[in-house]
Amino acid sequence: MARGDMARNDTARRDTARRGVRLHHPATPWLLLLPGLGVLAAFSLFPFLTTVHDAFTDARTLVPGQWVGLRNFRDMLHDEQFWVALRNSALYVVLVVPFTVLLPLLLALLVHKRLPGMGFFRSAFYTPVVASVVAVALIWSWMLDDRGLVNGILKALGAGPVSFLGDSWLLLISAMALTVWKGLGYYMVIYLAALANVPRELHEAAAVDGAGPLRRFASVTVPAVRSTMVLVGALSSVSAFKVFSEVFLLAGPTGGPAGEDTTLVMLVQRTGTGLDGRVGYASALSLVIFVIALLLMLLVLRAGRGGDAAERREERR
Amino acid sequence: MTRTSWAEKAFRYVLLLAVLALTVGPFLWQLSTSFKSTTEDVYTSPPRFLPEHPTAHNYAEVADIVPVWDYALNSLTVAVASVLTNLIGASTAGYALARLRFRGRGAAGLAFVAALLVPAESLVIAQFTMMRDLHLNNTLTAVVLPGAVGALNVLLMRNAFANVPREIEEAAVVDGANTWQRFTRIALPSVRGTLAVVAIFAFMGAWDDFLWPLIVLSDSERYTLTVGLNFLHGTFQQNPRLVAAGTVIAVAPLVVLFACLQRYFFRGAGEGAVKG
Repeated sequence: MARGDMARNDTARRDTARRGVRLHHPATPWLLLLPGLGVLAAFSLFPFLTTVHDAFTDARTLVPGQWVGLRNFRDMLHDEQFWVALRNSALYVVLVVPFTVLLPLLLALLVHKRLPGMGFFRSAFYTPVVASVVAVALIWSWMLDDRGLVNGILKALGAGPVSFLGDSWLLLISAMALTVWKGLGYYMVIYLAALANVPRELHEAAAVDGAGPLRRFASVTVPAVRSTMVLVGALSSVSAFKVFSEVFLLAGPTGGPAGEDTTLVMLVQRTGTGLDGRVGYASALSLVIFVIALLLMLLVLRAGRGGDAAERREERR
Repeated sequence: MTRTSWAEKAFRYVLLLAVLALTVGPFLWQLSTSFKSTTEDVYTSPPRFLPEHPTAHNYAEVADIVPVWDYALNSLTVAVASVLTNLIGASTAGYALARLRFRGRGAAGLAFVAALLVPAESLVIAQFTMMRDLHLNNTLTAVVLPGAVGALNVLLMRNAFANVPREIEEAAVVDGANTWQRFTRIALPSVRGTLAVVAIFAFMGAWDDFLWPLIVLSDSERYTLTVGLNFLHGTFQQNPRLVAAGTVIAVAPLVVLFACLQRYFFRGAGEGAVKG
């Protein structure tokens, strides 16, 4: 074989490599994707289709059920429990999200500074995220007990015992506080990644210009991490809307006094499981949760983009 | 570089310690409660933070009442299985999506993004029906399966592989390495940080999950720790020392695991996270 041939062959091979084509058997990508796509198809896509189908039937546990059209959804409109649950899940979003967007950002700014011991504080603030929600909820229910730590401190300060877990509103607010507390470290890490991309010079320039900490926060930090705030807002809205464990554990399986603290996912769990679970109705509820969660995410993302557009318009002026 | 003033530093550390008390304090209070003896009043005001006569008696007693060590073993089984399936499934799929060219790549990537939009909570009823039809309900296999390859993990791995410089792999192609060799010998070692993040997320997710095991497990001997703790809480609420011991058993392994891996975690999370 001539020398030139080999050289040509080599260049051809390198070209192929650069373009990244024909380097593998056509089946290879699909073999690699098989476990991931298989799990996706079997445990997300298939159950999703089942849920959509069952939502229009009167299926019960062990009974396939008949097609009933929109009856489950009409029933929902007359189901007092549904409205209570929808109210609680919506309230959860409205009251929890502002805190999960703002507090972790402040926390990230606090540990972002290069000072001794920051690594320790970062990890320590992440502890509530690592611990299971069940363990954490049990810790809180002991702390908020009528004779627990918080009331012990209140009593020592001369304030009356507060029955955090006895009143349905206080109970819901306690669960919200727990959700915010448990999410602090999680969203802090997301903000830390964003802050790593904000040039320090921006802050320093603003400081040299005589901007105080509050002004620097509003005019340097917030614009720089805006898109991350929108992302955190979207993520935490959806997860607040589908809250289950915190309320289930603090209020009990029946949802507190007279079921007043039931959330939508708790309602799904309660109606859809058990020996005589109303699978059809629970599927209809699941579908409602899916649609609202999706709309909520789009709404937050759009609101964020709307803000961006407004900003751009202002810049143009 | 402007220097941080002494007053600002002091202010920052005061704030840090206050947040530390709020985030870690409750765990220490629970730890302290778990070591208080039956004769010690746990309801005193002002509260006493250190046990008078520390004892491990509550740990022995909680294990007598509920098989808490069996629950822990069940949780460990589920968590380890989930780590393995996620590492394998997410890295292979992520590699194919990031590095191989084929028809349908875009659609496959979209499928994983779409899966993120469906809340797991809205699928549990159908998943339960499915597991029952497969006669898998009330097994640990059923607990693992729905989260065996998380869509988010696949996307994390895809991003990590996409960030590895192409040149190294191209050199390997020229040397005649096949796809599998490039994947295992070059690509995987370059994304160790993200693999650690996926492993931690998978372990935490499986160990901490509550709603799904609560629905799919009915025999108390199959319970994972979270479901077992809920049972313990419902039955022995009047003795906070026992519940405290149970929660410490559930929390301690994760805190230790995280403390060991946190170096990788904060580095890897920074690499793979969505950039603002």
